[in-house]
Amino acid sequence: MSTTINTPGTDEAERLALIRQTNEGGQELRPRSQLTAKELMREVGAVLRLSEAEAANLGAIEDPAVIGTTGDVSEQTMIINMGPQHPSTHGVLRLMLELQGETVLRCKPIIGYLHTGMEKTGEELTYMQGGTNVTRMDYVSPLNNELVFSMATEKLLGIDGDIPERAVWMRMLLSELNRMSSHLLFLATNGMDLGAVSMMLYGWREREEVLRFFQKVTGLRMNHNFIRPGGVAADLPAGWRDDVLRLLDLIPPRLEEYDILMTGQPIWRDRLQGVGVITAQEALALGTTGPILRSTGMPWDLRRDMPYLRYEELEFDVIVGTYGDCFDRYAIRLNEVRESMRIVRQILDKMPSGDYRIQNKKITPPPRARIDESMEALIHHFKIFTEGFKVPEGETYVAIESPRGEIGCYIASDGSAKPYRMHIRGPSFVNLQCLPHMLRNCLVADAIAIISSVDPILGEVDR
Amino acid sequence: MGIVQDIRDEGLGGLQHNALTGKVEDLIRWARSRSSWGATFGLACCAIEMMGTGGSHYDISRFGMEVFRASPRQADIMIVAGRVSQKMAPVLRQVYDQMMEPKWVISMGVCASTGGMFNNYAIVQGVDQIVPVDVYAPGCPPTPETLIHAIETLHGLIETGELLKRRAATGAGANVHITEIPAAVEPVPVLLGASPKGQ
Amino acid sequence: MADATTTEADAPAPEPPPTVHGHPLTDSNGQPVVHVPRDKYVALIKQLADDGYVQASDLTGIDYLTHPGRTLPDGIVAGRFEVVVNLIDIEHRRRLRVRVQIPADDVTCPTLFDVHPGTEAMERETYDMFGIEFTDHPDLTRILMPEDWEGFPLRKDYDPGEIPVQFSNDYAISGRPSYVPGVPPS
Repeated sequence: MSTTINTPGTDEAERLALIRQTNEGGQELRPRSQLTAKELMREVGAVLRLSEAEAANLGAIEDPAVIGTTGDVSEQTMIINMGPQHPSTHGVLRLMLELQGETVLRCKPIIGYLHTGMEKTGEELTYMQGGTNVTRMDYVSPLNNELVFSMATEKLLGIDGDIPERAVWMRMLLSELNRMSSHLLFLATNGMDLGAVSMMLYGWREREEVLRFFQKVTGLRMNHNFIRPGGVAADLPAGWRDDVLRLLDLIPPRLEEYDILMTGQPIWRDRLQGVGVITAQEALALGTTGPILRSTGMPWDLRRDMPYLRYEELEFDVIVGTYGDCFDRYAIRLNEVRESMRIVRQILDKMPSGDYRIQNKKITPPPRARIDESMEALIHHFKIFTEGFKVPEGETYVAIESPRGEIGCYIASDGSAKPYRMHIRGPSFVNLQCLPHMLRNCLVADAIAIISSVDPILGEVDR
Repeated sequence: MGIVQDIRDEGLGGLQHNALTGKVEDLIRWARSRSSWGATFGLACCAIEMMGTGGSHYDISRFGMEVFRASPRQADIMIVAGRVSQKMAPVLRQVYDQMMEPKWVISMGVCASTGGMFNNYAIVQGVDQIVPVDVYAPGCPPTPETLIHAIETLHGLIETGELLKRRAATGAGANVHITEIPAAVEPVPVLLGASPKGQ
Repeated sequence: MADATTTEADAPAPEPPPTVHGHPLTDSNGQPVVHVPRDKYVALIKQLADDGYVQASDLTGIDYLTHPGRTLPDGIVAGRFEVVVNLIDIEHRRRLRVRVQIPADDVTCPTLFDVHPGTEAMERETYDMFGIEFTDHPDLTRILMPEDWEGFPLRKDYDPGEIPVQFSNDYAISGRPSYVPGVPPS
């Protein structure tokens, strides 16, 4: 008689049925024997790296020069599955790796485990509610998602030039602080993935300080729905300058600690330098943007090159790497925290006074006190919150620089109060395509370092 | 002997309460509630808050839970943190089945509890359609205080042994709903010490 | 028009509409958009890549089934679906949008994989969500939905799959009461 309590549905047939259900068929990595030469060439990255002759050779046999054996073709390769539940894949990313010993030959990311139907949901929500939906895509830098959605809506409404100055500068302040908190999370998870487990605690300690500021300003620690079409939801609270100054005093010495713990340390360098190299041409061809593209030496940052909000009035550097390896990406993100602090300091000095949202009764709701006094204000409030404001017919694409790269919002409207089509170009979705190229011929331990350095957020990959 | 056969037949609940075995049972339940290990099942935004709860400010290490075991064989509590999509559902069930008894489930966040704001084709409307849930923690995402409240509620229920008796009878989870502790500007530290009545 | 008796009665000949490589160029809220028929689509993208638009930053689809009506330039036949590609020219810092019409009876489109390998995942997503098959795509399988899913979720005739919620406040907007007194909620 068994002493365990059987949970319902665990007999053998059901267990096998469950295993069949997790099999994703054609989306998975197929064994080498089942692939045509053309498919094999593509999967080993032949599209970008090898000449046709080299690739044709590779498709037929195990290339001894690459693998480092004496050309023994009978060496078997093994296909293993990593994820979707795994401590080192940031979120529910499933990777199928074909291994020869410890060397990764092919890799295929299988995504969709967090698909939430957000683009379909976005068609059912009004433009004011859309922020709550969009903010949960890249949940580590939610204010950037809201910003790009609001900017696209404003472009369709035709008010993108009329947003009050204070609202614009507040948006920049929040966006840069969000960049800081996102990169601190990257430093924490990158450290933990590579074994510096205490980095997890340190990164989160600093991130808590930034989240506390967000809590004071927006009311929530995450998923704020604060940046809305027309401006922002509320004004900055009294004493915000002191809070930001406190942050700016607190974080730089801690970044120095990270430098001591990680940047100059031989173990860290050995694990990250030369690992996961990608060239600028490959990155551009694969649609990569953000720190990955900048690590290859291409100085492309939308804040400087196609400025939005008031970034052209600010002075900041764009951090660019040289070798396109994981160490460059780590160093870029670490120094982007410093650059963001520099930007925040300038915003502190230059923050104008004024309205925090556009004074257009049809788009932004009136202040609550006015509702008691004016019938018109009550009606506008009612219309905006129930039916929503109507956006003229048209389509537009707006892109900004999120901590992961170019995040874009494509909205097509049909003149009603809800978007006809709302699509977010998630940077991690496109950046994941460079994983097979980076992972070719690396070791399994390097695979963890490379995934961590790509810093995907599965919320915006799967939407 | 008799005691060993009792355990073989009915598990720990089969022990007849006497001075010796009663104390052993209390001891085991006390130990279980004080050092339960979580299975990493962070899916989406709630996972970030769960990691934040494990951080040094909120520190669930004081409740014995800072160890998150990736291997379900070594985990006791599965905190489903985030929205469960249709593709992820069989994986969730597989991981739950691999966990060893006794095991408990905390459904963290509104997406795991009921589908949350995503009432559509892609999201399972509540993880209790797949696994029996013991504590539901509301919030989007729940603040770390709420998650600690949920964990401590569960620990309290573990300590009294209610959950295991109920599970043996019905196979269902405890279905305890807790109230959300909203984010405060100056966060108040959560009271330590599990209360046996789970409040 | 050298008629000595008329002064400003003769308007100058209208300018031809702007084109990019022979395809009509329109303006959408200040952003340039090129409309191209499906058979010339890949050739145009290649020419644009030579012109400097080195990266395809976004490729997506859109289903115009329930749209009241959109304006398209002359010579472009509206289709039920559209494939929208956003290109970016890094050197000159400019963007361009390309829109291709896809008819409802032949839901296919040529692939951009050979010109921009970065469109592989985006085309898979467009296939998964709309059912637009990209010919010669190296790996046209579903990417977001499970493999055995039926239907294409982002099409307009695909139900969002909402479970009706008691006391939903949709009533004010949709006119559909979700609670009728005396009738037990379903």
